[in-house]
Amino acid sequence: MATGPLQYTPLYDAHVALGAKMVLFAGFQMPVQYEGIMAEHRSVRSDAGIFDVSHMGEFEVTGPDRNAFVNRITCNDIAALGPGEVQYSAMLTPEGTFVDDCTVYRFDDKLMLVVNAANIAKDWDYVVGHKGGANVRLKNISTDVGLLALQGPRSEEVLQAETPAALGAIAYYTFDTISVAGCQCFVSRTGYTGEDGFEIYCRSRDTETIWRALAGEGKAAPIGLGARDTLRLEMAYALYGSDIDDTITPLEAALGWIVKLDKGAPFVGRDALKSQKERGVTRKLVGFTLDGKAIPRHGYAVYHEDRPVDIVRSGAMSPSLGIPIGTTYLPAAVAKVGTEFEVDCRGKRIPAKVVKRPFYTEGSVNKGK
Amino acid sequence: MSNVPEDLLYSEEHEFVRKIEDDIIEIGITDYAQGELGDIVFVSLPKVGEEFDQGQMFGTIEAVKAVSELFCPASGEVVEVNGSIEADPAMVNNDPYGEGWMVRFKLGAPDELDTLLNAEAYGQHIGE
Repeated sequence: MATGPLQYTPLYDAHVALGAKMVLFAGFQMPVQYEGIMAEHRSVRSDAGIFDVSHMGEFEVTGPDRNAFVNRITCNDIAALGPGEVQYSAMLTPEGTFVDDCTVYRFDDKLMLVVNAANIAKDWDYVVGHKGGANVRLKNISTDVGLLALQGPRSEEVLQAETPAALGAIAYYTFDTISVAGCQCFVSRTGYTGEDGFEIYCRSRDTETIWRALAGEGKAAPIGLGARDTLRLEMAYALYGSDIDDTITPLEAALGWIVKLDKGAPFVGRDALKSQKERGVTRKLVGFTLDGKAIPRHGYAVYHEDRPVDIVRSGAMSPSLGIPIGTTYLPAAVAKVGTEFEVDCRGKRIPAKVVKRPFYTEGSVNKGK
Repeated sequence: MSNVPEDLLYSEEHEFVRKIEDDIIEIGITDYAQGELGDIVFVSLPKVGEEFDQGQMFGTIEAVKAVSELFCPASGEVVEVNGSIEADPAMVNNDPYGEGWMVRFKLGAPDELDTLLNAEAYGQHIGE
């Protein structure tokens, strides 16, 4: 867990001025909501919203061995990643469980790893600890970099008004170095909401200029961490600390697609995952809905055939669907759509049923890909 | 600033009490409480005829990000439940002291109302 002094993103004062409700998250004072989670959620689904995610961590890897090095500490395949492309991946323990999930950006002359705010210190130790004799230079640039996520079907229109670059040329999971509101940024067509959109990496001191250019009436609505969580959960995107952690492997978490056992390069956790794949996993992540209107919350006990099998990992009332949704791990043999089980909602066993993931399928991220 | 009407009584757990008749009170949650909870999506209320002691839990409020329990500000028997907030929980956010009321109780021990806070004391309690 995060320890040490309270941290602030460059936008702290701007959030407070907007009337945001601030909470402590991963050691940072962050906005959990401005107008309200439901309204913010709907803004992103139907229009455009902007998130301050400057608390996230960025590590820069340069030097001649950078590709081989990152290929060794992440489970996806860097060789499949061209310059200007982004990849979802993970750093693993020798047991094949998550140290963290991350994205990897490949530049002509460097790589950038983007990690969860709560794990910056742990991930940095991990990256440095695996350097060994590799000819690379590692730099933790987390505090130098501001990060804004602009998400929603109208994102391109909002961003286009503030950049001379042709945004149509930035395809899904690619990025470019462009100017936004007069400030140089790395902009990728990525996000964690299920909508079309961009993530904008800028110099920390430029964050507020860009935020002011993109946020506001007729542009993008400011969105807090509350709606960020309901948006990502509707897509069943994994959240470290809830859906995944250092006791869970990507194969169990339905993230086998980021594990490239045969990439031709050894990586931390490979042997354990190879063996787990041969044996078969014993539990699998599922998405579920509950009967009625009670809401599953993280930590509630989950029962299958009256035996405790796991806890609720993520849970919320889905603002888009109007039904309770959640994730948990079930024994692999029964981890399939239609399986019925129970969730203990504060002393009451509520019937639950496995449904297809993602929960929400209408997102603009799926269109025009 | 939250709205704290002068003519109501309040519990430290952020319920308000409105005296309707000598022995009948109306209970809901305060404007401060609804603001702290955020968008309310589900309210679970007791049934008419159920009896509760002062301080006992009588219902649950689920907001998008939080769950909160409702505690009886005074002991008594439920005589009426606001069914419309079960159908439209956002009414609690929009009008907590009006359309968002939750239950009406027939008081078991009217003296217990003396243990509640007045508007000024509740305002101090929430630091406003």
